[in-house]
Amino acid sequence: MSTSLIGARVARKEDYRFLTGTGQYTDDVALPRQTFAAFVRSPHAHAVVRKVSTEKASKAPGVLAVYTGADLAAAKVGGLPCGWLITDVNGNPMKEPPYPPLAQGKVRHVGERVAVVIAETQAQARDAAELIEVDYQPLPAVVDAAQAARGQALHEIAPDNTCYVWALGDRNAVDAAFAKAAHVTKLDFVNNRLIPNAIEPRSANATYSRADDSYTLYVASQNPHVERLLMTAFVLGLPESKVRVVAPDVGGGFGSKIFLYPEDVVVTWASRQLARPVKWTSDRSEAFVSDAHGRDHVTTAELALDKEGKFLAMRVRTTANLGAYLSTFSSCVPTILYATLLAGQYTTPLIHCEVTAVFTNTTPVDAYRGAGRPEATYVVERLVETAAREMKIDPAELRRKNFIRQFPYQTPVALCYDTGNYDATLDAAMKIADVDHFRDRREQSLRRGKYRGLGYACYIEACGIAPSNVAGSLGARAGLFEAGEIRVHPTGTVTVFTGSHAHGQGHETTFAQVVADRLGLGMDQVEIVHGDTSKVLFGMGTYGSRSIAVGGTAIVKALDKVIAKGRKIAAHLLEASEADIEYDRGEFKVAGTDRKKTFGEVAFAAYVPHNYPLDKLEPGLNENAFYDPANFTFPAGSYVCEVEVDRDTGAAQIVAFTAVDDFGKVINPMIVEGQVHGGLAQGIGQALTEMCAYDGDGQLVSGSLADYCIPRASDLPLFKVDTRETPCTHNPLGVKGCGEAGAIGAPAAVMNAITDALGVKDVPMPATAQNVWRAMHRSA
Amino acid sequence: MHAFQYHRPSSSKDALALAGQKSEGRYLAGGQSLVQAMKLRLSSPSDLIDLGTIKELAGIKVTGGALEIGAMTRHAEVAGSSDVRKAIPSLAAMAALIGDRQVRHMGTIGGSLANSDPAADYPAAVLALNATINTNKRKIPGDQFFKGLYETALEPGELITSVTFQAPKRGAYMKFRNPASRFALVGVYVADFGGGNVRVGVTGAGASAFRQAEMEKALSSKFAPEAVASIKVKPDGLNNDLHASPEYRAHLITVMAKRAVEAALK
Repeated sequence: MSTSLIGARVARKEDYRFLTGTGQYTDDVALPRQTFAAFVRSPHAHAVVRKVSTEKASKAPGVLAVYTGADLAAAKVGGLPCGWLITDVNGNPMKEPPYPPLAQGKVRHVGERVAVVIAETQAQARDAAELIEVDYQPLPAVVDAAQAARGQALHEIAPDNTCYVWALGDRNAVDAAFAKAAHVTKLDFVNNRLIPNAIEPRSANATYSRADDSYTLYVASQNPHVERLLMTAFVLGLPESKVRVVAPDVGGGFGSKIFLYPEDVVVTWASRQLARPVKWTSDRSEAFVSDAHGRDHVTTAELALDKEGKFLAMRVRTTANLGAYLSTFSSCVPTILYATLLAGQYTTPLIHCEVTAVFTNTTPVDAYRGAGRPEATYVVERLVETAAREMKIDPAELRRKNFIRQFPYQTPVALCYDTGNYDATLDAAMKIADVDHFRDRREQSLRRGKYRGLGYACYIEACGIAPSNVAGSLGARAGLFEAGEIRVHPTGTVTVFTGSHAHGQGHETTFAQVVADRLGLGMDQVEIVHGDTSKVLFGMGTYGSRSIAVGGTAIVKALDKVIAKGRKIAAHLLEASEADIEYDRGEFKVAGTDRKKTFGEVAFAAYVPHNYPLDKLEPGLNENAFYDPANFTFPAGSYVCEVEVDRDTGAAQIVAFTAVDDFGKVINPMIVEGQVHGGLAQGIGQALTEMCAYDGDGQLVSGSLADYCIPRASDLPLFKVDTRETPCTHNPLGVKGCGEAGAIGAPAAVMNAITDALGVKDVPMPATAQNVWRAMHRSA
Repeated sequence: MHAFQYHRPSSSKDALALAGQKSEGRYLAGGQSLVQAMKLRLSSPSDLIDLGTIKELAGIKVTGGALEIGAMTRHAEVAGSSDVRKAIPSLAAMAALIGDRQVRHMGTIGGSLANSDPAADYPAAVLALNATINTNKRKIPGDQFFKGLYETALEPGELITSVTFQAPKRGAYMKFRNPASRFALVGVYVADFGGGNVRVGVTGAGASAFRQAEMEKALSSKFAPEAVASIKVKPDGLNNDLHASPEYRAHLITVMAKRAVEAALK
């Protein structure tokens, strides 16, 4: 191969099956003697469960079993664990209330599981579930995060509904800097709660074998090994070796499929009780109330500047709504993944952030595309843009005055950026967006009855999660390395096993490009395998844009071992010194000669070792590697959004959106562009359309797609996307990750554009037509 | 969805007979609302009487200044009909805005009116175009058809057979969509029949569609956008939900009316 596969627009290998309907998702898995589960869910946000009557349901046609929280408690099934311990400002551990898979004594959010019916068919299970009578004694619901401390306690362990109060930074130094500031910009806002809505709803199908006392769980998960670890070690008390978890094709996750969910535990446990496979697949209505939600912060943020516009300090107070229970990684999202990003792209020397995390009678909140980093970017970029307007400095200019330009750069909030070039992305974005002629476009819009606005967002994110020692010191209860294995077959083809998991990202193509490029093989000689604990040696899964940076690096490390062993084998075959063997695009060569062996010949020799140094070298060509990153990676970029607002109705339309990202080295630009487009769509959805709303009783008002608006293609402009590369300094591919960027940077860019269009300080997110109309009339 | 019995009569007579026998049964027209409700287990009819193969219920006829549309005529047929486009172009344009492509090819005018969803489009047209709802029993003037939230003048078992619209001199429908469902947050249909006879039908804003008298009066003296632009609609009694308060809906009625008049004059 003469041209590199790195940077090539290779068509996605996996798309054939996705586009022809031949993908195999969890719900497609049909096992012999299959049974079906239906969950009875609480209609109340907060209630005492006085009695659950299951007699009628038990006798209904096709019903095999009905279980309640009492059955699980009697079987000593544990509660769901939280994977990250946050230590509060007083040095105390966060409050960790029990999270039983089926309610015990109380329900704490609409949609909480109270009982499960297992029947021969899905329809029979659902029909019987309606026959279960639950005697509830409703309690006052706590819905508003800002008022949670004064509400009725959800959990005994947290009488003030506070999980923790946590802080980062030097409060006194920050306060002193504010006292001396020439200008202070202050904003109060809500970062709106979002409901993920992956196109494939969650699904789990568990089967138990009495023959060897083992379980297999098929589940729509982003990280099957972590699912297994949490379920076996913390909930069911089983040896991991007895449980196989398979996450087959998964139709989108966006974070919502990272977590261990009660349904997964219940079907796994029930499969042994019945000695039959038990399947549950969520419908869309269940997904709205039972998939972990995202965001939901109430924040007061302040930026102190000197008279030239240099940032002196930032002060942030956030109340984070965790929902009713601690979902798997909920505790680290508004803390470790949020406050650490508040430096953004700037040299702000002093930052203090205090986060109060509260329980409310709402669906649990956890990581959702970006997880903490969109919230941080929103704080920083709304503050910076607002400060520029208040000080009458051009917003791009104010950013440039404060950009970090020396790397590595240690922020005051614990991160050390290895590399970046923020001027490069901003310059490119402004040029592509034609910012110079914005005023002309604004005038043209005005003639058509539209207010036009332009907004920037210059975001940074910390990806490649994470150096395990750093994560551990911050409370992580798991390692965050990744594993990879290269299995070279006797014919010279390669199967790659990765602990990363693809649920739309295109790993089967991107990872194959890395491997094929490094070995000098064709794309069709490399197969990527993921998502099965019985095949992949270990894995921590996919989230936080970590797959290429951490998972890809583990693969590269294993590849290096394969090549190293191959050189030994080739040296023997070529009767040369190992030191003289070079590997170049599929051939082991003796340096300076034309003597060589192909990769295939070496692989064959490894498995048919007729002529092989068996006294010095094991046969076979199969290597694995674990990789724990030395640092986070720091993708960054500049976004420019232009909106038009209908001055009669308040409806906002995005008319142009430019995104210039620095993801380090790009393996497949086409896939990266797709990731950016999808991220932007989700970020724009948060900014404009996605309105999650509970009423005062804790009922989810936006409980279906008829009320919860996910943006359609027609709501979005043709994105202009480009990249600039500063390669990551601490992984061999120089990659940083691209999965979340769009969702991180877009909301601030959109809201900066809308507030610019209207000439107002703030508009609540999402900027629906009504919210914009109200903002216009408030200012009028 | 709960279990139900499915029937497919080939005539209105058979359909009516079945409806008489099955007290918990429901007519199935396009199924774009009923089937959704059944899937959510919010509606559980014992029997579904599918009207889809009854020939006499479908079709479009033009007679003089009136347009008669069979109850089982799909929205896409109305939108694409050259007869409708010629007789009442604003009605064809309105039908083309209903739901999405799938809904327009399944949903029917009779089903939509019988359901009387407060945010459906056709009710605005019925009021603005002075329509008559023809049933197996009688002719119901459009003005007397809508009785409240999902409530109509139809009696149990009564079947809409067709709808007769009067062709105006000019007219237009303007819809401000619910961003999620794409139903009308507010939809306003303006029809000018000449001689100072202007009718304004509003949907999406109240429990059911209604006429806006103040606008009709203003437009009757002068059919121009500025005649309605400054009318402040009272928000009392208008719908209040996640997407729009009564005040915002009241404001949108004025904006959509103004734009409908602009469009009608184009």
